Amino acid sequence: MSLVVKGGRIIDVSGERAGDVAVEDGVIVAIGGDLSGDQVLDAEGCVVAPGLVDLHAHLRQPGQEEAETVESGSRCAVLGGFTAVVAMPNTVPAVDSAAAVREVQELARTALCEVRPAGAITVGRAGERLAPLAEMAELGVRIFTDDGRGVQDSQLMRRAMEYASGLDPSVVLAQHCEDEALCGGGHMHEGAWSSRLGLAGQPVEAEELMVMRDIALARLTGARVHLQHLSTAGSVRLVAEAKAAGLLLSAEATPHHFTLTDKCCASYDPVYKVNPPLRTAADVAAIKTGLGDGTIDAIATDHAPHTQEAKEQPFDLAPPGLLGLETALALALTELRLPLKSVLGLLSWGPAAIAGLGKTQGAVAEGRVANLCVIDPAATWTVDPATSASRSRNTPFAGRTLTGRIRHTVYRGEAVVVDAEPQR
Amino acid sequence: MGSRSMSVDAASRAAQATRVPAATGDGGVADEPVADPVDGSSGPHLHHLLGIDDLGGAAGIEEVMRLTGSFLEVSERRIPKVPALRGKTVASLFYEDSTRTRLSFETAAKRLSADIMSFNVSNSSVRKGESLRDTALTIEAMGVDAIVVRHSSSGAPHRVAGWVEASVVNAGDGWHEHPTQALLDCYTARQRLGSLSGRHVVIVGDVKHSRVARSDMLAFTALGAEVTLVAPPTLLPPSLAGWPARVSHDLDDVLPGADVVYLLRMQRERMSEALIPSLREYTAGYGLTVARSRLMRADAIVMHPGPMNRGVEIAPEVADLPQSTIVDQVRNGVAVRMAVLYLLLGAGLDMVPT
Repeated sequence: MSLVVKGGRIIDVSGERAGDVAVEDGVIVAIGGDLSGDQVLDAEGCVVAPGLVDLHAHLRQPGQEEAETVESGSRCAVLGGFTAVVAMPNTVPAVDSAAAVREVQELARTALCEVRPAGAITVGRAGERLAPLAEMAELGVRIFTDDGRGVQDSQLMRRAMEYASGLDPSVVLAQHCEDEALCGGGHMHEGAWSSRLGLAGQPVEAEELMVMRDIALARLTGARVHLQHLSTAGSVRLVAEAKAAGLLLSAEATPHHFTLTDKCCASYDPVYKVNPPLRTAADVAAIKTGLGDGTIDAIATDHAPHTQEAKEQPFDLAPPGLLGLETALALALTELRLPLKSVLGLLSWGPAAIAGLGKTQGAVAEGRVANLCVIDPAATWTVDPATSASRSRNTPFAGRTLTGRIRHTVYRGEAVVVDAEPQR
Repeated sequence: MGSRSMSVDAASRAAQATRVPAATGDGGVADEPVADPVDGSSGPHLHHLLGIDDLGGAAGIEEVMRLTGSFLEVSERRIPKVPALRGKTVASLFYEDSTRTRLSFETAAKRLSADIMSFNVSNSSVRKGESLRDTALTIEAMGVDAIVVRHSSSGAPHRVAGWVEASVVNAGDGWHEHPTQALLDCYTARQRLGSLSGRHVVIVGDVKHSRVARSDMLAFTALGAEVTLVAPPTLLPPSLAGWPARVSHDLDDVLPGADVVYLLRMQRERMSEALIPSLREYTAGYGLTVARSRLMRADAIVMHPGPMNRGVEIAPEVADLPQSTIVDQVRNGVAVRMAVLYLLLGAGLDMVPT
């Protein structure tokens, strides 16, 4: 079975060129003019790019299959152009052992895209004892995080960094930056809106304190550290300074943190409840700037499905999180005002490098695995939660019209999305 | 937001046309059907009362005050009951124990001849896993016209209002608002002081966690008063941007210029959150002690939403001074809630029984 992506403009890290992409047995065999294959994907007027890579998704399996599964989450992913997703370990039970890693890897075998489990840094994500990092790294885990929580104990975090430095060089510790004591159980950004709405807030300093601490620990240990879902102007500034000082630091930001503000919470609709919380317009501007100037290395979705019932609670009782895989690229193209190649760097080869997926993801070249997405940059569409492939419906972007849409997605040579429809 | 706005004209026309309650001064329950508003149409009117702003400023608050006066008169009759809401059903949905507020609303509904359904959920059904939406829809399915919601979560009544057709009255949501408390406070203050325009209202205590403080600040300022919030910095909200109030940390300094001293209830758990070192220290700085009460002008009044912590935010002797309005507040509470229920359910409705 061969496949050809015809008539598109190819953009990857090496630049831009016109050409067809021919695929056989899951591998790109030729790039050039007038190629043919058994299946033809029309890319006329479109951009052919390496598949997108999400460093941060909650696929909820095992344990919360009512909200999402590896399969349904991977379907969301390919509809959004992603061909690889790092699945966060805050499942039930947590992915904190070789056995748990194997379970997610087994589920991933039938997924529509590459699903890589992240492992927990501490046992049960409880922040008390180191999880068996080496055992999980042996199975291919490259990102370790207690995501949903930050590791509060500075000594434990130091040990984790030191220990991880002795593992495969591509292993990275990723931190959910939140000083829990200072957050004080806050449900939204602390500021004028939280005060007015009578909701407990999280100050920006609760995030920035942990960003500062982990920068200090990275300096102390020399370890590679990745900072997850930055949401404040102060965090962006701190990361820029640390990078200038030569530390091995990378950072991500989510689409909702460069599009929405805390004012959204005035409706008390928990679809806007997320962690870290939606911040102010000044923070949104700083995140955009950080994405544009390279301070932030990747756009990550923090795709976090929750059932309708879970969100049909008052704001403070509802769980945080929102859907992101299907809308991330379009939000970036619509909101960021960056060149398409820069957006792709933030969504594809940038995160691929951080996740240690550079061999299978992030490039369009002969001999590479055919993980591709075909983007119609001019297409406009309106977000409709009813048509989402997720098991959940908690998107805050319902009704929003976006520019830029995935037309096709190819995973290991298989057309998993054709004309914006999933093929399985 | 449009559905929450009201036409005060429509509401007052309705009140006049129905001759309720001022016109039926015979001490009994008027039996004749209550007529439609003059033009027979049911124009825009207040559908929910979730916060003070829903009343659309001074005009809406004045309308509540005017109706409250009429209903107070009803409450003093031998049979303190009017048929204004006969055939209507009011449900009280209290997720938080508050016997006094629930009784006040239920008494108000009874005096308007409405039927009452009382749901005391406390937090048990949350633990059983029923979502707020399911609970609200279940209650609505029983056929209710208004749901009075009390919840420890800010915004819970707003969520309910989005799911049901019935009118929703906020009977206190988390730290957010308690609009009927503010309305009865304004009414009580006006009974004692006359116009509130230019008056100085001092709200003392745990403003940060107080729905009463938020609603009172909005209502008093809408009626032309100036509000000063007096609290240690830890008991103020993190941001006061846009709040129509001044702030002070020195009660002694503020008291001589106050027309109203409004004391908030101080909760013991604030100590464990490191917001204050001890109740003793709080009382020393912010309690209305006997000595401190002498700094007040003779014609100033002392208010408290209840229940009081005597000896903490207010000295027992001060609570019992003639300047204290605490009993009046409770009495006026029933009439204010009658006015609110009447505005929500009585205006523009076809009250003609078969």
